[in-house]
Formats: sequence, structure tokens, C-alpha cells
Amino acid sequence: MSVIAPKFKLSEFVKSLLDNIFWVLLLMTIVGIPAVQIALFYIEMPVIHGELLTPFLALTWLADPTRLLPVIHALMATDFFRIAAFPGFGFAALLAAGTIFIERKMLAKLQLRVGPFYCGKIEGILQLMGDGLKLISKEIIIPAKADKPLFWAAPVLFVGAAAAFVALIPVAPGWVVADVDMGLLAVFAVIGFFPIITILSAWSANSKFPFIGGIRALFQMVSFEIPLILSLLGVVIVTGTLNLSEISASQSFFPWIVFLPVGAIVFFITMLAELERIPFDLPEAESEIVAGWLTEFSGMMYGLVQLGTYLKLYAFAALFVVLFLGGWNGPMVVPPFPEELLVGVEMGPVKVGPFPGLPLFDQAMLNGTFWFVIKTVGVIFFILLPRGVFPRIRIDMLLSLGWTKLIGLAFVNIFIALGLLYAGVLGPGGLQ
Amino acid sequence: MTAELPPGLALQKADERIMTLNVGPQHPGSGHMRIVVQIDGDYIVACDPDPGYVHRGEEKMAEYRNYITNIPHLERPVIHDSCNILYPYVLGAEEILGIEVPERAKYVRVIASELNRCIYTMYWLAIYGIFLGHSTMFMWPAGDRELLIDLMEKMTGARVTHAHFVPGGVRNDLPPNFEDTCLRQVNYFERRIKEYAAVFYDNPVLISRTRGTGVLSRQDAIRLGTTGSVLRASGIDYDLRVKEPYDVYDELDVHTNVMKEGDSYARSRVPWLDMMESCNIIRQALQKIPKSGSVRTKLKPNPKTKGPATVYKRVESGRGSLGCYIVSDGKPEPYRVKMSVGSFRNLIALPYLLKGEKLGNMPSVYWSLNYWPVEADR
Repeated sequence: MSVIAPKFKLSEFVKSLLDNIFWVLLLMTIVGIPAVQIALFYIEMPVIHGELLTPFLALTWLADPTRLLPVIHALMATDFFRIAAFPGFGFAALLAAGTIFIERKMLAKLQLRVGPFYCGKIEGILQLMGDGLKLISKEIIIPAKADKPLFWAAPVLFVGAAAAFVALIPVAPGWVVADVDMGLLAVFAVIGFFPIITILSAWSANSKFPFIGGIRALFQMVSFEIPLILSLLGVVIVTGTLNLSEISASQSFFPWIVFLPVGAIVFFITMLAELERIPFDLPEAESEIVAGWLTEFSGMMYGLVQLGTYLKLYAFAALFVVLFLGGWNGPMVVPPFPEELLVGVEMGPVKVGPFPGLPLFDQAMLNGTFWFVIKTVGVIFFILLPRGVFPRIRIDMLLSLGWTKLIGLAFVNIFIALGLLYAGVLGPGGLQ
Repeated sequence: MTAELPPGLALQKADERIMTLNVGPQHPGSGHMRIVVQIDGDYIVACDPDPGYVHRGEEKMAEYRNYITNIPHLERPVIHDSCNILYPYVLGAEEILGIEVPERAKYVRVIASELNRCIYTMYWLAIYGIFLGHSTMFMWPAGDRELLIDLMEKMTGARVTHAHFVPGGVRNDLPPNFEDTCLRQVNYFERRIKEYAAVFYDNPVLISRTRGTGVLSRQDAIRLGTTGSVLRASGIDYDLRVKEPYDVYDELDVHTNVMKEGDSYARSRVPWLDMMESCNIIRQALQKIPKSGSVRTKLKPNPKTKGPATVYKRVESGRGSLGCYIVSDGKPEPYRVKMSVGSFRNLIALPYLLKGEKLGNMPSVYWSLNYWPVEADR
């Protein structure tokens, strides 16, 4: 066996870092600082608390935690932060990127190979970034006979729909972008958009293989949406609410998978089909129809569709966690915030604090996020696993599975839920 | 006339409902060929395989080179199975040149040929796996194939295109301690391919997907002239290693694997069983091989023939019966070399099998025919 690992030299790595730092400093001194000086010459500075706000003073204030922390705290309370960063897009995209990396490494281990290895020195962690750069730099080719506006819109709409799905997921108590009372109905509405986007993009490409793939995706998603919705009705019956935050909160003692395992299994299988994962990846079956409805996408359009796919994967896994595995609930593992920082610490002659903006995140939120992420990653792992084990199934087998077996099982689940409710095990007067 | 043809070979009337798909040559599910498929919804109404994209004129090239210099280029059509594709040519050339082969060389040839059959079948199995969307079944055979390739490299000096068989024996003797290494690797290899049952051949999704699709009945298999694993999967006990033993196959105990179903599943399972049989044959040959002796009857660089002659020799390759017809007019170069390959004969069954199947069954039925496009084009 040959040695596959290149020789990693720490000295060369440090030298490359130092080189980069040198160039950054040099460019900043020669170009950056004069440019800032010229800009400042034309700007009239405000007077705050009787002091002229010079850049020096502004930087001083930024380095002062008593002034900086309230600013960060205020930023975090805005809707923009929620949409762009924490429970919304940024958090989901980070988890989706991690999912892609874990999928590639895990599949590689399963198949007795190494997987991404070279890019990023440590086990190829920068491979995804490299792939993204490649996709961005590639030319976008559009078929001559395509319906161009629709073809351009499809990837953006796909990511938009996936992001809308992500926005409905409660990550921690109070941390959700859109806390709507009809949360679960909104989820069904968003899921209903995906087949439309798929068939629009497939049809607008005006090519045979995408068309067949789009028709297959339409069949698959529409026929699996019904068992998907029916399998979640059990949870709605026992909790009596459609609000996802309340469903999460209702599972503080036990997750619903304990009482509704049939529904959880049906939801998991339909989830695989909605996500077009193996063994249900018929719309992208490469040996039959090249890449299905993705055939004509190139460059970053394909990258956007992939991003949307993995956002959708995260959102479905999170929905499974919220509905069946107890959402953010879990034993308290995060230590409480040190109280003395709020009143200030005296260290000999020096008194540090008090810091008015603290704590940035409360204990319940950190703990909730921790358990939510742990559970979601576990569910994602089980979504990825069939890819290494199963071959693809055929469209007629898929449709008969969806229309006969899964719908029947979903009804069984509803009857179980009703039985639990009327027997008094759950609901008012029962366990909860 | 049309009534006598099998139904898949009759011409179809054009219809507006019918969509024509060009599967290949630039398609992940075709190989180096094109299959023109006409579909009505999800059903295939007609299929027209169109080989010929990798035609290299091997047979014509053979007419300009003498019996020795023909060896390196005649193995190019199936580089994974290069020993087997040279085998009938070498047997024929030996008869034309009138030379005897030492006993040890015959055993070395059998070992090399069986190893090569496994190497080819592993490659075929890897592609069968990825055609069904099973990526693990693509990586495992491709990785385990390395074991035998390393063995062949030790034996012949090359990883794929060995050019090891020459008229009069084999090019080189076995390296020292080869018997032990070979036995150990083959035993490991057999243990390893038995594990494929758990992940692939006993997989309920695979069985429900391929069982009962593309059924080739016993009569049709004979009528269409199929050969090799396709024929054996249709319930016909036919293996040239048993029926017309060449070299030392008559001294070895060769078991023929036959399945009755004739569907894609049986056609994919027979080559896998054949690999285990190959391991058995290798073990037997390693026991019976003479421990010393010459492996090659020396020839002059440009050997003379005995005069005008015609020979037809055939062997059992990874894809079935592989024949070589050599016409000699007494010159140092052959007058005509014609290869009758198993791939092309199995491809004839494709339009017949795909008619009425679903589009999703196309890759599994197509690749289960044990077809290698480059060999069919030659």
C-alpha cells in the first residue's frame, strides 16, 4: 500500500500563515489607512456626551465591554439576526454544510475508502469550500430552447422555499423566526411548493431527461405528501395544537415517539421520499435519466439547488425532532451563568464590571439548542445511512408503497392517537 | 417472416404518444454505445441498440502483423479480461504454427485466465451496482478487485493489459513463492465476495426490483444465440470449460452454475457464483501444477507456418463463449482473424428483453446481459 497522506510540515504551514499576515499588514498600511484618512476628512463627526466622536474614540468604545455588550444584545433582539443568523438561515446553512461533509466522510468509511482528504489539511474539512468555489467559478449554461425566466427562477425559488421551511422550526424556547399558531399547516403549505418548483424547472428546461425526472418528482412528492400529512395528525390530536413551539413544549416529560411509533416510522419513510434520498432518489436516477430534473443546471444554479436540498434535509430532520423526539427538551447540562459578572468582580485594587449586556444567551436557550442540535444530527445520520445500503427502487413500487401501505399505517397511527386520548392516557386528566 | 421473429425484433409504428430517448453515447447509463429507446409513459415500446462507437478495426490490424506481434493489440477490446480474449487466438496460433505447450504452462494459463475472469466480473459487478443506484456495491468490488490485480501484476508485470499468453506457453514463469501468495489472496477474496450477499444479493429492495424483470425463457435464450452467464441464468447447462475442455480444464473439477429464472436477478447472480467457482478452480490448479519445468516453447521472432490452414478455437470468457477463427495462407501473417465475441451475441437479446419493460428496469436489464461495448465493436 502506498502512503496516501502528504507530508504535513508545521514549519511550512506557519510560514504560509505569516506570509499572508505580512501581505495583509502591508496592504493595510499602504492602501487601507490612507483611504480611511481621506474618507474621514470629508465626514462630519457627531458629538456624543459632549465629546467629538473621533475614530480613535469609537474604537475605544468598541473595545469597552460595558458599551459593546448592550449593542450586541440589541442586535440579537432584532428580527434580522433571527432570520439571517441564529434560528434561521445561517444556523441551518452551517448544519447543512456539516451534513454534506459528514455524508461524504461517513459514506466513504462505509465503502472502505477515505473520502475528502487533501483539501484543508485535516481530513479534508475545506473540501466543501473548494467545491463551492468551483461551482461559483463555472460558466452557467442555459439550453437554447429553455424558458429562460422560469429556468433562472427555479433554483432561487427552491432555496427560498427551503428557507421558508427553516424559518418555521423552533430551535430553543422562544427562538423561532416565525412563531405562527398554524405552524404545522404552514409547514404543509411550504412542502406543497416543492413539487411545483420542481415541475416548473423541469418543464422550462425543455429537454427530455429533466422532463421525465420532473414528472417522476411530481408523482413521488404528491403521492407521499398525503401519508406525510396524515402521519403528523396523530401528534396534533394528542397535543391539541398546530403551533410547533407548543408541540415542542408539550414533550417535556416524554417524546411522542414513545406513544406514536407508527407515525414516526411513516413520517421517516415519507421524509426520505420527499427529500429524494436513496432508496427514493428516482427523480435523479443517473443510470436512467442522467440527473433527472437537475440535468440542465450548471454552475452555481446547481449549487443553489444543492443548498436548497440540504436546507430541506435539515428542516425535515428538525421537524422530526420537534414532533416526535421532544424538540429542545433534555436534561440541563449547561452550567448556570456566573452571577458575579453581573455585579462586577473585585480583583484586588481593580474592579471589573458590572457588564450591563450580560448574559447574551440565557441558560435555557443554550441547553435547548444543545439538545436540539444533538437530536437533529442523529436524525440526519439515519437519513444519510440508507444511501450506503439500499439500491434505488422503481417508480411503480414507490407509488404502491405510498398509496397503499403508508396511508394505511398513517390511519392506524391516527386511531392509536385517538385511542390514547379517549382512554384518558393523554390529554386532559391524563399524563399531561 | 416477421411472425417467426421474436416480438422484440419486429418494427414499430410511430405514434405521437411515443417519445424517443437517446440513451448514450454520452449518458451515465449506457457505456460506449447508444440505445435508442422509445417510451410510452414509463413503458418501453421499442429499443434499438446501436453499437459501433469504439470500433478499432482489430481484425483488420491482425492481417498486417505476424502471429507474435498480434498479441499486444488483440487484447485491447477487453483489457480487464485480456488473458481470456487472447486465449482462443493463442490456441489457434499454436495449431497453425504446430507447436507443443509444456504442461506447466497450461496450468499457469488456467490460473491466469481464472484470475482475469474474476477481475472482469468484479468490474462488471461494480457497474451493475452503480446502475442500480447502490454506491457501496460500486466501491466494494472496485476495491477488492485490486487484490487480484496485484496478483496479476506479480505474475505478468502489468496491471491490466498483460500480453501474457504467447503461442507456445506463457511469457514468464511464476515468481518465487507465487503459489502461497495466490492461495492466500484467493481465499481472502472468496471470503470477501461472500459478504456481498448481505449487502447486495440478499437485499430485499434489489430482489423486488430485479426479480421477474427482463425474463429470457430457455427457448428464447437458445433462439437468440445468447451465451455465457445469460444462457446459464436461463437454465441451460452450458460451459465451454466443461463441454469442450481446452488446455487442462479436463483434469480439473469444474462445476457449472445454472439458474432457472432467466430474469435480471438470475443473470446478475450467476457471474457472482462463477467467481467462487473460479476460486475453486485456481485452488485445484495450484495443487496440481508441476512444481518445475519449462513454461514456454521458444519460437523465432517471425515464426513460419506449416502451410495453408484454417482453425476455429473457442474458450469460455467472462462474457461467455469467445471464438477465434484464423485463416492462414502459409505466410507469416494470418490471412484473416475473426473474433466471435460473447458480448455481441448477448446484446441481440436486449431489444427483445426491454420491450414492454419499465424505463427504470432498463439499466439493470441492459447490464445484466454481461455486455462489454468495446468487445462487441472490436
